[in-house]
Amino acid sequence: MKALRQSAAGQGFCSCHVCSLVSRRERTSHPAYCPRCGASLHFRKPGSVSRCWALLIAAYILYIPANLLTIMETGSLFRYRKDTIISGVVELWRTGSWVIAVIVFIASVTIPLLKLISLTLLLVSVQRRSRWRPRQRTRLYRLVELVGRWSMLDIYVVTLLAALVHLGSLATVKAGPGALAFGAVVVLTMFASMQFDPRLIWDPLQKESTP
Amino acid sequence: MDLHPAQLIACHCCDLLQREIPLKPGCSASCSRCGAVLYRNATDSVDRTLAFTLAAAILFVTANLFPIFSIEAQGAHSTINLLGAVRSLWDQQMQAISLLVFLTTILIPALELVTMIYLLLPLKFNHIPAGLSQFLRMMRIVEPWSMVEVFMLGVLVSLVKLSNSFKVIPGVALWSFGCLTLLLAAAAATFSARDVWARLEKKTDEEAAA
Repeated sequence: MKALRQSAAGQGFCSCHVCSLVSRRERTSHPAYCPRCGASLHFRKPGSVSRCWALLIAAYILYIPANLLTIMETGSLFRYRKDTIISGVVELWRTGSWVIAVIVFIASVTIPLLKLISLTLLLVSVQRRSRWRPRQRTRLYRLVELVGRWSMLDIYVVTLLAALVHLGSLATVKAGPGALAFGAVVVLTMFASMQFDPRLIWDPLQKESTP
Repeated sequence: MDLHPAQLIACHCCDLLQREIPLKPGCSASCSRCGAVLYRNATDSVDRTLAFTLAAAILFVTANLFPIFSIEAQGAHSTINLLGAVRSLWDQQMQAISLLVFLTTILIPALELVTMIYLLLPLKFNHIPAGLSQFLRMMRIVEPWSMVEVFMLGVLVSLVKLSNSFKVIPGVALWSFGCLTLLLAAAAATFSARDVWARLEKKTDEEAAA
């Protein structure tokens, strides 16, 4: 069993990302394919860190308009209001829908921030070849993967309201440009977390170096 | 060192090389180093997933054909279904958002359901469907983008927001979406790609022996 206390890559084994079959692979630059399912084999996701950084930086930039611009415009004879993500949550809280306000706050404010900060932390620690709490960092990554999709909530709410509320002068709801930026942040952070390879967290703990 | 690759499994989260052990039904094995779930013993995986998927496919059709809900205020009336919402957003010059909603709630879930039925029906009768590897690879790529459950939550939040100012009448699709969410979760929980790969390997071995 002692031989098994090592990473697959360190032993010259490569596990297929599609079918999980572990096969032996030469350490050459030639492309290799999984003997069972034919998917291309890599010891680690290629270009993981730089691709993840690129997507993450783009997400950071779009995060600013996503929060500053209007996500939804509500108009009627009596009142007209423009809501950003935050003001939408505040309005929900003010009108007494506390549970919904908390759900929307978690999905639209907490989760995107959590993703941006967590991925930055993970990328910096991987680049510094940190040996700090690998188990907790892996768990953080799994959390990011798990909750990321729920940020789409606000996009769906805006879509439904903007499509449904067309009652002329009585009430009209329109989607604002903030929705576009917010949607882009969600999609970019999802791509970023897919590009990140959690196995890189564990590589500095191995004695041998992995490509 | 004589390690036979077939009995080995590498953790997808930390790459630790481990030996596979047989599991009792309903149990799962997790990585001894990072705690990620390595594999599960999925009992009757193909049968159960197929049942859930077929039921989900029927509900998916009703969820898309019937109105989700309608609103009423002072005689004015407005009703909506999912495809109508997507089209309405497209007409409001929000093509990107409209496309995103279309992909994540209609196209990709539909693609997933059709692919699952295409793969599981022959497997149930002990045939290997053509292009199995390619389809399973495609499923891995599109899987994170199927967001019916998030959409369901979005429907509920909209319902609460609307009920502050309008009379809201729930439609057939609202209930369909609710059940669809549960069925898709059940199908995802019972499906085991590992089981499908094992069947493929067994079949190939049998053919090689014959």
